[in-house]
Amino acid sequence: MNQWLLLGVNSITLGGLLFLLSAGFSLIFGLMRIPNLTHGSFFMLGAYIGVSFLGLGLGFWAAALLAAAAMAVIGGGIERLLLRRLAGQELAQVLVTLGLSFMIADLCLMIWGGDPISLDTPAGLSGAVPIASIVFPAYRLAIVVIAVVIAVALWLMLERTRLGAMIRAGVDDAPMARVVGIRVSRLFTLIFCLGAGIAGFAGVMGGPILSVYPGLDADMLPLALIIVILGGTGSLLGALLGSIVVGFLYNFGQVLFPEIAYIILFLPMLLILLFRPQGLFGRHAP
Amino acid sequence: MARKFGRRSFLAGTAAAAMPWAPAVAGAQGVRLGLLTVKTGPLAQGGLQMEQGLSVFLKQKGSMLAGRPVELIVADTGGNPAGAKTKAQELVERDKVDFIVGPLAAFELLAISAYIEQAQVPLLSLAAADDMTQRKPNSYFVRASATSSQCDHPLGDYAAKEMNLKRVATISEDFAFGYEQAGGFQRVFEGEGGRIVKKLWPPLNTADFTPFLAQIADVDGVWNGFAGANPIKFNQQYAGLGLKAKYPVLGGWTAYDDALLKSFGDDAMGAISAAWYSSDLDTASNRRFVADMVKQYGNVPGGYAAGTFINGMCIEAALEKTGGKTDDRATLIAALRGVSLTDTPRGTFHFDRFGNVVGNVFIRRLERKDGRLVNTIVKTYPNVSQFWTFDEKKYLAQPVYSRDYPPLRS
Repeated sequence: MNQWLLLGVNSITLGGLLFLLSAGFSLIFGLMRIPNLTHGSFFMLGAYIGVSFLGLGLGFWAAALLAAAAMAVIGGGIERLLLRRLAGQELAQVLVTLGLSFMIADLCLMIWGGDPISLDTPAGLSGAVPIASIVFPAYRLAIVVIAVVIAVALWLMLERTRLGAMIRAGVDDAPMARVVGIRVSRLFTLIFCLGAGIAGFAGVMGGPILSVYPGLDADMLPLALIIVILGGTGSLLGALLGSIVVGFLYNFGQVLFPEIAYIILFLPMLLILLFRPQGLFGRHAP
Repeated sequence: MARKFGRRSFLAGTAAAAMPWAPAVAGAQGVRLGLLTVKTGPLAQGGLQMEQGLSVFLKQKGSMLAGRPVELIVADTGGNPAGAKTKAQELVERDKVDFIVGPLAAFELLAISAYIEQAQVPLLSLAAADDMTQRKPNSYFVRASATSSQCDHPLGDYAAKEMNLKRVATISEDFAFGYEQAGGFQRVFEGEGGRIVKKLWPPLNTADFTPFLAQIADVDGVWNGFAGANPIKFNQQYAGLGLKAKYPVLGGWTAYDDALLKSFGDDAMGAISAAWYSSDLDTASNRRFVADMVKQYGNVPGGYAAGTFINGMCIEAALEKTGGKTDDRATLIAALRGVSLTDTPRGTFHFDRFGNVVGNVFIRRLERKDGRLVNTIVKTYPNVSQFWTFDEKKYLAQPVYSRDYPPLRS
């Protein structure tokens, strides 16, 4: 009983962290039509940058926000300086993002060394909260709250602002959006800043649970891919639902079917690709 | 969390360390030493330490072993079998090395084993795959560290006899190194009256161990065999779920390696581990080794650095026996396997007929002393063989430890 309750709660909290990871990935995928294979690296690099800010004596939240800002600048730079030059060549863009992910991994190894780094849980959230018959780390519950806040903020931005309307137009039909005078290329940069920033923030948030280590990027990227293919590209609701579904599949799959845990994780992605390629909430096929 | 050791200081350190033997490059009489290590990718943490350990050794010796200058050639395998094969061939055929130290990972070692046997180059690796010195031995292989299960046999003994644990759950990565460690622990622990009630195998790149930790209940202790960066994550999550207060935790040498001490927080405090090397060991050579490592790299050494340092000592001892000659490979490997040393960073040891070490295994408790985390030795098992106290013949007649062997008793 306790075990299942613990798994259930953990599914939701893991889903929260996964949403922070995949929200930006989904937006970039939706708008630019490419899976940004650097996204796991944004997560890891953000976490490392957070480590450095923490080392300067900053508080946890300040470090997380500054890491997000730094990643937004780096993400925007990558879009403007590299991907922009390959506009329209989707395969080349995907390959560039893949190559970048290797370069960022080695860069992190050079700067921060290979030793794993653990981040302390921020003060005030290091305790555990009783839920019915179990106790659960307060910090993990806080991640859910933060994920919900960010989800609502992104939703308001996309649905209630002029900028959001332009992004939605770009996701639906980029050439037509251009025709009506929307500078889609500027949106690309903006979305890349936003996506990288949220991923970097997520990396710091994940630090007290996952720690920071070489290879963190490769551990996270497949999860982001599954989520976005399940939920549908360019859809915030899809990313949110996909994250929670993956959170549950991950937790219960590992316990109920440990021998085939990865099949449990990837099978739904396969089925979705076969029978509903646009994803549960996607607007178009990837 | 403050990080004293950066890439830059490492580069400065290696540059300085490289100096003494730089002139030897031109010398025709030099002994050529190849190091197969990993300097890029997720395994680089251990790989860089391997290079540091060997560099410290050669610097202490002024790059002269048995009266001959030594030339070190470092090759980065990238941490994969194909890279290991290519680099091993380069070292042997192009660089004509007399010894190879490395590689790091078992899958790299298995990829080059047949080639090494055929090329007849003595290989000193830290990779732990049990069968390399058991059921599929290689006559040019020497292992001065330990097999996967070698430290966990005594740990099983300690858990049953000294910690009085009765019911233990095991958790380790879902690959051979995990199986062999857990199998060794289980066999001895159950032989002494304990009982393994659950074996959990998270995949190698599991981000969140909570689904596995949620299954731990009704035990006296938890054994783990994690390696690389996973120990940090495991201990964080184990403590975060409140399990640490309930069930004491034990682990193998990679799980609580001294090189990880600077990464651990209080989450890992109190952990009991078994290791073939401990920076806490009070021998003259170890005090000097630890001091040099801290001075040159700002690192307290763990098993990876100590392993290559000790490999260097073995090579020196073998060369002294052959009078510095390396041409007759059969004599060279015989000399290497006949090495028996007393003052080393891991204490006294010698090799068995498979080329595997017989030496100390230290049981340590992770504590905070003067503000720093340390693994304090609480018990030493001397002369531990890879076969523990079992009969060698009977041991080899059994299958190698695996995911399902020994099985859980129902």
